[in-house]
Amino acid sequence: MPALEIVRVRAEIDALYRKESRRIFATLIRLLGDFERAEEALSDAFRTAMEKWPGEGIPQNPVSWLISAGRFKSIDQQRRERRFEHLEDRPDVSESLADESAPLDEREGLLEDDRLRLVFTCCHPALAPDVQVALTLREVCGLATEEIAAAFLTPTPTIAQRIVRAKAKIRDANIPYEVPARDDLPARLDSVLRVIYLVFNEGYLASSGESATRADLSAEAIRLGRLVVELCPEPEARGLLALMLLHESRREARADEEGELILLDAQDRSRWNQAFITEGAALVRGALTSQSVGPYALQAAIAAVHAEAPTPEDTDWHEIVGLYDLLHAMSPSPIVALNRAVALAMRDGPQVGLAALDSLLQGGALDGYQLAHAARADFCRRLGRNAEARSAYQRAIELTTQGPARRFLEKRLAALSA
Amino acid sequence: MKYLCLVYLSPEKWSACPDSTCAAYAERLVQSGHFIGGSPLHPVHTATSVRVRNGQVAVTDGPFAETKEALAGFYLIEARDLNEAIQIAEKIPPAKYGTIEIRPTRELVVDTMTAVAAAS
Repeated sequence: MPALEIVRVRAEIDALYRKESRRIFATLIRLLGDFERAEEALSDAFRTAMEKWPGEGIPQNPVSWLISAGRFKSIDQQRRERRFEHLEDRPDVSESLADESAPLDEREGLLEDDRLRLVFTCCHPALAPDVQVALTLREVCGLATEEIAAAFLTPTPTIAQRIVRAKAKIRDANIPYEVPARDDLPARLDSVLRVIYLVFNEGYLASSGESATRADLSAEAIRLGRLVVELCPEPEARGLLALMLLHESRREARADEEGELILLDAQDRSRWNQAFITEGAALVRGALTSQSVGPYALQAAIAAVHAEAPTPEDTDWHEIVGLYDLLHAMSPSPIVALNRAVALAMRDGPQVGLAALDSLLQGGALDGYQLAHAARADFCRRLGRNAEARSAYQRAIELTTQGPARRFLEKRLAALSA
Repeated sequence: MKYLCLVYLSPEKWSACPDSTCAAYAERLVQSGHFIGGSPLHPVHTATSVRVRNGQVAVTDGPFAETKEALAGFYLIEARDLNEAIQIAEKIPPAKYGTIEIRPTRELVVDTMTAVAAAS
């Protein structure tokens, strides 16, 4: 094969890896029943492709070729291990040997099912929540351990150990690779959606550190969200995807060139991603008309009201308050109540908002929450109660670990004294 | 009279006693007719807890953490995988009031030479 062709083939393989390696990996896990073996099989498969395709040409169905090659190499490897260990008949090894001659079912649908199985397995409630997140990012999204560690500001060995233990538990407790039964699906899907939203929020809010957002994590979360909606189009899955798209649509407008925060009412709306807004709004409409409207769909609906207002003054605060009322009734939480108080203030004035917020703060649940004090400071500022505004800003600043958010509050505090 | 003997070990002492020693003792109990059933377990991080409250099943990782709850009984079940075990556990009647901890059992790892030595 001429040199140019070889270069083309190699580029093709690279593209295949980027596009398909996660799907292939998911199928290999199902076939081999083991993460480590599947990972080895995946790299063996691509290595073999690099060796053979420049000479033989790219096969008709490259994905299916890679799956076969990976599986074959793994079975071969297991045979060699058996010879070394003089093991008695190990049922797991015999089974995969028996499967060798069985035809591979690589129809499109089944491959996608494998990815879904993998997502549900990584998000199994028998694994701790932070473990679910790390495992999902590693095995479903293909992020390196170091990348996950950097994203969550956790030491790499900690993440590595979490993942090792997770795989050990999947193996030892026999957590099966399967999409849950119909009856179990709602609760289990909950787990998956929670993990995806955690990843998205980590990328969107960046709990501490300099950058106000970490775009790569949010993009991963949206990609995962799309996968889940494709394979499991339940209303809450669509609601979550809508919510993420609508938040993401404001990424370009949320911070200025220096990385300083710009609030919703001051953002340049021409920088909002209209494609995401259109897609998100459509998903919201679909989710809201379904039998079961859930919290994600409602939050997305609120985000859609903001997204569809051409200017801050056009924002339909009546609708937003109404949606928060519904959300609070469905899934009450101090944070929902806080956001509702902020919306109340927009609809009925800062006095009303302050009254609602103060009764919340009395309960104590929001004490450690920076945004509650920032909101209080803002209400007081608008009412001309500067002394109270000052102390609330100070409290908020104490509680803020994130650079841009802290600087924003400090600016507001400084403006009061001017 | 039947008894349930539950072995509790701290992490530092987990591997203090070799499997071959345990296997040898179990064999002695079988010979003497005292052995009804039993198994070593995988360590506690492989545990899964199931609670049912108001008809809602909550599955969490790890052993139960409430110190007031004490061992009240046990079932040694056969299940295809953890999901089936969870389905069985959530129907155990006390699941509505306490916690069912599901722990996978394991086999003792014994090579014949050591087992013979330990048994003599």
